Parts: sequence; structure tokens; C-alpha cells
Amino acid sequence: MTDDKKVELNKVSDYPEMPVSLGSMLWNKTSSWRNFKPVIDGTKCIGCGICWKFCPEPAIFPTNPPTVDYDFCKGCGICISECPTKAISKVDETR
Amino acid sequence: MKQVMNGDFAASYGAMSALVKYVAAYPITPQTLVVEKLSELVADGEMDAVFSKVESEHSAMAACIGAEAAGIRTFTATSSQGLLLMCEVLHWAARGRLPIVLANVNRAVAPGWSIWADAQDSISQRDTGWMQVYAEDNQEVYDSIIMAYKIAESPDVLLPMMINLDAFFLSHTSEVVDLIDKKDIEKFLPPYEPKFKLNPSEPHAFNALTSPDHYFELTYKMHLAMEKAKKRITEVGVEFEKMFGRRYGLTESYRIEDADTVLVTFGTIAGTAKETVDLLRKEGKKVGNLKIRVFRPFPQEEVCEALKNAKKVIVVDRDYSYGFEGAFFTEVKSALYNKGVMKPLYGMMAGIGGRDVSTGTLKEIVAKAEGEDPKNPYFIGVKL
Ligand code: SF4
Ligand code: SF4
Repeated sequence: MTDDKKVELNKVSDYPEMPVSLGSMLWNKTSSWRNFKPVIDGTKCIGCGICWKFCPEPAIFPTNPPTVDYDFCKGCGICISECPTKAISKVDETR
Repeated sequence: MKQVMNGDFAASYGAMSALVKYVAAYPITPQTLVVEKLSELVADGEMDAVFSKVESEHSAMAACIGAEAAGIRTFTATSSQGLLLMCEVLHWAARGRLPIVLANVNRAVAPGWSIWADAQDSISQRDTGWMQVYAEDNQEVYDSIIMAYKIAESPDVLLPMMINLDAFFLSHTSEVVDLIDKKDIEKFLPPYEPKFKLNPSEPHAFNALTSPDHYFELTYKMHLAMEKAKKRITEVGVEFEKMFGRRYGLTESYRIEDADTVLVTFGTIAGTAKETVDLLRKEGKKVGNLKIRVFRPFPQEEVCEALKNAKKVIVVDRDYSYGFEGAFFTEVKSALYNKGVMKPLYGMMAGIGGRDVSTGTLKEIVAKAEGEDPKNPYFIGVKL
């Protein structure tokens, strides 16, 4: 979902005043924290946007049906339990 | 336009005059009047701002952080326990480089439960990255808030600023305050235009995970900003004086040119100290007073310059760093050492928990330092 262009910060003058867009989240992908992934079944989805609102990361994009950013989804399962039509299933990723 | 008002109202009118657009605050004695007045000014349509009632001081600062990050000029006020509850988010505001302005009514910290003047609350927040100003009178409270936005929002500063006023001695004491017209304010204070702001059409990651590769540089940038702030505070003070006739700097010297003994004071004690200097001068004693107006960034160059000819320096602290001494005393000593200026120094603890510091108290302090070397820190007037 993200491009891998690393932000170059080599000297103090390269830095913005505030920690804004330092780019660390571009390379610091957190998908390895996950044991299972949420998979959205577009045929059951009614497009209510609840999963997008509840995802704490936020790793869900409000497309129709919503798409999950698997680079950053941590597998908390909140979207799965909040979805009113049970359109999101839990797919085991452990080996 | 001149009006009679207490220090709390002076803070509220300061925020209104500075064209603040968002206020989130929670009431606490003796700051309550600031919040009441602001909510009244907003409700009556005199102040064009949004006023958020929140459930705690932590939430007040968190809400201000959100609004400020969206590019809105914000204000809040608190005191004592409230400021302590804000501590975590004070750091967020400073490291997030959000130029929020906060009025803190200096009140003692519990227990024993106390509502009286004492700077322990703000001194405990010394290392949060906030600039700190200590006001001597209500006019200074009002003027400092207006200047604070101009200083804090400078692109080379971008740090939040805390304006401190003593509980009751200022917060509930009425004085004449000269309010500035809106059209003159607009000439003095440009609108707040941050380089980065929360904006859905131009997304940025704010305050995200920062590795050891980057955190250090951001801290260094804050160091640079604090150094720049010293210059900015002086420049803005000069500009303010040109427009409105009242002078404010990092410090204020009173009869120190030929003084053998110099008192170093802050807040309302500085006013009493100037009166004490006059009384002692009549007795033939060469005494002067140095008021430290800005505590962070600490004006070490000005302090050393002002104290270079003094034979004895007495620092009066209405705060205490448990296990050592008063915070102002530590800073003055450290500044002198940094510049290689060595002389006898006395750290006097006075007025703790709102106890009165009269001209009599300050005379006693000067006499103490003139006698045999007292133990540092010396707790003046404690019932032994
Ligand atoms: S599992 Fe958690 S982190 Fe992943 S998409 Fe759902 S709510 Fe977001
Ligand atoms: S919560 Fe379920 S139904 Fe609603 S948008 Fe998300 S996947 Fe679709």
C-alpha cells in the first residue's frame, strides 16, 4: 500500500521543527505483530464503514468494500467483531 | 481602554485581545475566574472563539493540542493540581512544537490542601519544554499573554508558553489594566499560520514512532529554539514598548548599578522587593533588585551581566526542589558558574504556601545575608 521511499534525514537542518512526517512508518511495518488477518467478503459487506471507524491503526481504507492495509494491520480483530454482517473473517497466518 | 480588573480577568482579556479562537479549560481555585470570564465573553459574542468544557485538565490540554495542530490559536488556564494533571500532555505540546499559551495561577501543591500562592506547581513543570514567564502585576499578565503568541508562534521558536501569576496576590486583586484596541493588536500580532497542520487534503504523519536515529536531533532542535526564544522575547518586548509604551524583557533591574547587595526575585515578590530596596536605600544601604521575568529559557547572559558588580547576591525562592534548594537559586548559581562569575550567594526560602512576604521579611533576608554566612538554603521565618 505504501511506497518504500525512505525519507532522508542526514543533518539537523533536514528535520522539520516538529516530528511530522519523519517517514519512520514507511519502513517500520508492523504486520509481523499479526497472528491472523482480517479478510473482507465483499458479497456480505453493506458498506456501513464501521470497520473503518473502529480500526485503531487505522489500517482500513474506506473503499467499497473496504480494503485492509496488511502492512500495518496488527490483527487486533476489532473490525471482525464490530462488523454487523459478519463480513470479515479471521484467516490464520501462523506457520 | 483602562479598566479595573483582577489578575484572572486580565488573563481572560489577554486571550481575547490576542484573538484566540479556541479555549478548552477546567475550573480550579484560584483560576476559576479566568474560565468563567472566558465562557461569558464567548457566550456574549464579545470573543469570537469556541469554548470547550472538558472533564479534566489533561483533557483541556489534549483538546488544545488537537485544535492547535489544526492551525487554530488556542488558550487554556489552570493552577496547581490541575497543572500537575496536565504534565503528560504539556510534554506533548512542547515536543509537538505547538505554540499554545497557558495562564497558570501559581498555587501551592497538596497535601496539606492549600489554595495560596507558591510556585511549586510551575517549577515542577520546568523540564516539560514550555517557556515560562512570571508576572509581577495584572497589566503584565495581560501584556505577557499577547506577547506570548507572537513569541511562541515565531517560525524559529514554535514552543508553548506558560504565563504565571501568583494566587490571590494577583488572581483576586484588582488593579488598573490598560486594554489594547483590536486594530492595534492586528498590527502587532500576525495571524497564526503553521507550516504543518492537520489537513485531510494534505496528509502528514504527526508525532509518529521516532527511533533513536531521529529523536536526538529533535531534542537538539528544541535546544536551538529555546536559544532563539531568548532573542525573540527581547525583540518582541522592544516592539511592544514602541507600540504600547510598556517595557518587558527577560529580566528587569532595579537600582542595581551601584548595589553591593542584589536581591533576585520573581512574581509579586519582585514588587515588594523594589519597595524594600527604596526603604533600605533611605537607610544608606546599597541594595538593588533583579527580577527574573523569564525562567525558561533561562536568561543566563542577562543575569550574569546584571550581577557582575554585586558583592552579595540573595535569591528568594517561593518554591523548593526537595532534597536540594530553591529552583531559582540553583539556576542563578549555575548561570554565574557557566560564565565564570564567582561571588557569595544566598538561597532564601520565603513565602512558601502563600505566607506573606512583606518589606519586613525582605529586610530580614538582607540582614541575614549581611551577618554571618547562613546555611543554604535558609528558610526565612520558619517557626523553629
Ligand atoms: S484486525 Fe485490527 S488492525 Fe487489522 S484491520 Fe481489523 S481493526 Fe484494523
Ligand atoms: S463493518 Fe462489515 S459491513 Fe460494514 S463496511 Fe466494514 S466489512 Fe462492510
